[in-house]
Amino acid sequence: MSKEQILSSDGLPLEVSLKKAERKNKLKAVALVAPLFLFILIIYIFPIGDMLFRSVDDRMITKMLPKTFAAMEKWDGQDLPEEPVYKGLYEDLSYLKKTKTYGKIIARLNYEKGGFSSLIKKTVRKINKFEEGNYKEQFIKVHKRWGQSEYLVALKNTAPNWSYAKYLKGIDRKFDQDRNIIQVPEDRRIHKTLWLRTLNVAFWVTIFCFILAYPISHLLATLPMKYSNLLMICVLLPFWTSLLVRTSSWMVLLQQQGPINDLIVWIGLAADDNRPELMYNVIGTFVAMTQILLPFMVLPLYSVMKTISPSLMRAGKSLGGTPLVSFVKIYFPLTIPGIGAGCLLVFILAIGYYITPALVGGASGSLISNTIAYHMKSSLDWAFASALGTMLLVGVLTIYWIYNKLVGIDNIKLG
Amino acid sequence: MALPSHTPLNYKIWHYTYLFFCGLVFFFLIAPLFVILPLSFNAEQYIHFSAKMLALDPEGFSLRWYEDMIYGTKNPWGLATKNSLIIAFFATIGSTILGTVAALGLSSRYMPYKAAFMALLISPMIVPLIISGTAIFFFMAKVGLAATHTGIVLSHIILGTPFVVITVTATLTGFDHSVTRAAASLGSNPVNTFMKITLPLIMPGVISGALFAFVTSFDEVVVVLFLAGLENTTIPIQMWVGLREQLSPTIMAVATCLIIMSTLILVSAELLRRRSERLRGINR
Repeated sequence: MSKEQILSSDGLPLEVSLKKAERKNKLKAVALVAPLFLFILIIYIFPIGDMLFRSVDDRMITKMLPKTFAAMEKWDGQDLPEEPVYKGLYEDLSYLKKTKTYGKIIARLNYEKGGFSSLIKKTVRKINKFEEGNYKEQFIKVHKRWGQSEYLVALKNTAPNWSYAKYLKGIDRKFDQDRNIIQVPEDRRIHKTLWLRTLNVAFWVTIFCFILAYPISHLLATLPMKYSNLLMICVLLPFWTSLLVRTSSWMVLLQQQGPINDLIVWIGLAADDNRPELMYNVIGTFVAMTQILLPFMVLPLYSVMKTISPSLMRAGKSLGGTPLVSFVKIYFPLTIPGIGAGCLLVFILAIGYYITPALVGGASGSLISNTIAYHMKSSLDWAFASALGTMLLVGVLTIYWIYNKLVGIDNIKLG
Repeated sequence: MALPSHTPLNYKIWHYTYLFFCGLVFFFLIAPLFVILPLSFNAEQYIHFSAKMLALDPEGFSLRWYEDMIYGTKNPWGLATKNSLIIAFFATIGSTILGTVAALGLSSRYMPYKAAFMALLISPMIVPLIISGTAIFFFMAKVGLAATHTGIVLSHIILGTPFVVITVTATLTGFDHSVTRAAASLGSNPVNTFMKITLPLIMPGVISGALFAFVTSFDEVVVVLFLAGLENTTIPIQMWVGLREQLSPTIMAVATCLIIMSTLILVSAELLRRRSERLRGINR
């Protein structure tokens, strides 16, 4: 008996025809996603890639002193280099002086080794008086540091095009003279404190949010619709209100002459002339961030609790469980997906918070984002800002990945 | 929530402690917003409740800060409002169209690597704004769009689309695809089917996504801080600048207006959500 083939209306075997139709549908789906995908790829993903690139890009010095580095290739890096290096340096520096662009290399070199700033400035000032030939001697005459090999070694050390020095700086480490990784002096270890504080704040804000959100989500999920809708407004109104409005309301509340301090004085916890500082420190960051992020904990918890049938608790009680036992053994385990979703969401949001810590946190309450902003806008060390940003990004994406595994991003609910 | 009369005393205590705690949390959530309202009507220029205000003396209240907000020369609130509205309007349109179209593709049964695409398209919502701001700033500076409305609109489209994608995909999960097949079998072309059948059905999701996108753009400050020049100042930027200097009653007036606006948006979002649930036949 020969195998009979079922044919579709256009004469093709059904299987082929079906595959063709499915391929067409697949293409259609991809074509719909493509515009947004390309848009995000070009304006978002590539720029983030560019940021990664900037954080390790160290070609500036090599580009600005090309002849010096070309000559340095023949130098073993032990004793003082020979004449060609100094000749290259002379040509490069005179060019930089002519184009007035030497300012850029000063900061970078001074970071590599202190003392370069005055060395370059003095040399550039006198470079027009140099005579041809015997540059080595003339350089050393201008500044004796040109005769110390450690400065030239430091200069040679900037030769590689890529460097992870900015990442080391982000964890309070640096290269020493011989390219060993060492910790920076104790009084300069600010970034470790900053990372720990960021994690600490994010962790405790998550815990506080959880403690406050769990009971009210339960109440919202178990109350009759008409009451719960009313109470839900208390959660949703802050959620929809501008972040700056909410932060400014905390600034009003927490200021020295503000209502909370008035209350503290009125109760008698503090004297009127000795009002506690509630703002511009880590307390302000904690309180304000907890209130601002609370809706992000309530909403996932609520949507999970809403699906738990009340009859389960009743069954537990009827089988002899006390309310506490029924809660611990029945209700709580069922809410774990909501707890996971809410905690991860709040933690992710808290770890990258910028506006609120900047306004109510002061110096002791500022987080890693504030430092990134500082290096972007004030110190203009964009490479370092990029490195810190990349480190933060890796952390957040790791949590995002866990979130995706545990909760699934398609389960994110909004309102 | 009344308890039956036979409830033992310790359970009663537990229950009322629980209700009391919940009350405190709701108070903690909502009360800070209401501090701002009376202070915006303060006749004095300090941000605290004056004796006259506490005594409800009419002289303690005034509309002078609202006047200052509208006519004041020092604060360019007018320009900021105009910019905010223009930017939010175009950003909303952009993210709504891109997001809705992408959500249609993502909800298709045939979409390959659905989870990976979803993760990528949602990522602007998850990645800290400071990082997005830094990266987008580098890009916009490179292509010459820094300190332009276009640059800000494009970056706000990026930040707004995740919300549209999420709300529209959520609406599409309950979508009965046989209606579009029915339309096709009756001779309608895909565009016509989308406009006449699919779009009206998913409209609540689209609009609530659009509301999210609007609020995201209208409220966004970090990326604008990086991108905006003096000409592109927005309401959040002006508030940020004002708050960094000192709390002023004019800011309280602006904040009050923003609270009223968010109340309106909340009400429309709620109504839409209910309508969407009704349309999808979800009854709770």
